[in-house]
Amino acid sequence: MAPARRRPGPQGQWRRPAAAPALKMASMSITREQVAHLATLSRLALSAEELDRFAGQLDVIIAAVARVQEVAADGIPPTTHAVPLTNVFREDVIVPPLGADAALDQAPAAERGRFRVPRILAED
Amino acid sequence: MGGELTRMTAAGIAASVAAGDVSAVEVTRAHLDRIEAVDAGLHAFLHVAADGALRAARAVDERRAAGQPLGPLAGVPVALKDVFTTTDMPTTCGSRILAGWRPPYDATVTKRLRRAGLVILGKTNMDEFAMGSSTENSAFGPSRNPWDLRRVPGGSSGGSAAAVAAFEAPLGVGTDTGGSIRQPGAVCGIVGVKPTYGGSSRYGVVAFASSLDTPGPLARTVLDAALLHEAMSGHDPRDSTSVDAPVPPVVAAARQADVAGLRIGVVTELGGEGYQPGVTARFAEAVELLESLGAKISEVSCPHFSYALPAYYLIAPSECSSNLARFDAMRYGLRVGDDGTRSAEEVMSLTRAAGFGAEVKRRIMLGTYALSSGYYDAYYGKAQQVRTLITRDFDAAFEQVDVLISPATPTTAFPLGERVDDPMAMYLADLCTIPSDLAGNAALSVPCGLAPEDGLPVGLQIMAPVLADDRLYRVAAAVEAALDQRRGHPLLDEATGLDEEAAR
Repeated sequence: MAPARRRPGPQGQWRRPAAAPALKMASMSITREQVAHLATLSRLALSAEELDRFAGQLDVIIAAVARVQEVAADGIPPTTHAVPLTNVFREDVIVPPLGADAALDQAPAAERGRFRVPRILAED
Repeated sequence: MGGELTRMTAAGIAASVAAGDVSAVEVTRAHLDRIEAVDAGLHAFLHVAADGALRAARAVDERRAAGQPLGPLAGVPVALKDVFTTTDMPTTCGSRILAGWRPPYDATVTKRLRRAGLVILGKTNMDEFAMGSSTENSAFGPSRNPWDLRRVPGGSSGGSAAAVAAFEAPLGVGTDTGGSIRQPGAVCGIVGVKPTYGGSSRYGVVAFASSLDTPGPLARTVLDAALLHEAMSGHDPRDSTSVDAPVPPVVAAARQADVAGLRIGVVTELGGEGYQPGVTARFAEAVELLESLGAKISEVSCPHFSYALPAYYLIAPSECSSNLARFDAMRYGLRVGDDGTRSAEEVMSLTRAAGFGAEVKRRIMLGTYALSSGYYDAYYGKAQQVRTLITRDFDAAFEQVDVLISPATPTTAFPLGERVDDPMAMYLADLCTIPSDLAGNAALSVPCGLAPEDGLPVGLQIMAPVLADDRLYRVAAAVEAALDQRRGHPLLDEATGLDEEAAR
């Protein structure tokens, strides 16, 4: 017989250990204007509604991740890769390249054997 | 007959195919029939490749008929996460921006599966670009948990986990960046393994966070996971972070299934307050079980683990903001708004806004923020230092013990929709799994029973040092054998979500 199931309580009943928003970082909170700037940098044409929603959510997330600043890490070297490797070489073997047809096969638009793209310079 | 074939282990199927007791085509048909019967309710697959699978199965049968040698998993079906490129199937990463994309090349993992005679049934659902813990971030709708269709199967490799737990496939392949194999494995009641970073190739894995992404196996038994681990892993010159070392002896370790004399450390920081009571109870029982099997248990503190989650949510989004810049609407994928008046940059911004879902947008912006000048040192730089400290915690711990253990997740599978609008709550699903992603060491989740309060599976996480992946299998196989014996049947026999659905 299947064990009885009941809904777990709301999320709030469990502590949120590592992620508990550190509200003392409030001075670092992010504004809607900053989020709009990030969207531009990120090449995301967001709607006004999205900007409102993301501003609130990113504010909470940034406050939570700012906890890394509590750690005493003076003089600790950064880790960029889990298993460090340097100067990785392989034999320089000639292999057939991807042909033009295969490369263009999934292009949103192609013309005369090339990718066709929208204009990249301003009109004036 | 078909029903029996789908209940078999991968090892059992391979042995039967090799012995000629059953053909690979019959095995494949049985699994395609199962997918046909249950996937409408489960939605584990984004694409089912029936013809290609049957062709691959026939090739195995022909090789056998010709007396050619077969690999240890020849003729075994496998469900492949839709993040691995495949020339004969779409690769979408659960994103609208890649809907219908046909890659011009196979991922190394794809190629190795094919070469080993595995039969790829299709591509499985996932959180968009592997960002999420529930598959609810898929642009094509969520997958469901075979234990209870109202709940999530975990994520991001939730489609592969659900497929394996629902007997649609004996094996699944996923990728783990913050827990995306172990967490869905745990909440679906199956085995999920994150190999040592670099142990499995990233070539042809659509990149999320390159310093973390690690392909790995999902299976119903520890031995099956080990067989798939061996088949898919190994050095790849096409991945510059691939480790040039032999694959650890994982299959032998799974067969050894012995923890006598092994030193096992319980991580102080991964438990206690904030964990669901049933998770804590089953974990405590697993610790007792390991002790009764002859392991030496001690408690080990890894003080910086509590900073793993915030560090991860700086490092992974930073890498993602850079990696996903490639989706520029120029060479492949979606293009929106190209009406002859707009510039390439405008088309790019419109396309990315239309093609990416909310979580991907959040992470791209978060990463752009963390990497921007003025914030770099305080966020990304600091997170990288925390990463060093977490690695040092592991190094110190592994001087005292052979493996570390913890619950795999703080809670069991949560209801669909519960955390969709609360990103921080969703992020907590990976609380226990993230440290090993940051440090790159091997880690595995194996089922250790059901939580009494909701009847849902709980995972035991085992963590081993870099390139000591074999230790995971030794411990997990011992736990699996002891629990199966005590219970008298495999845990998945108690998964009734699909039967309940059928009865409705």
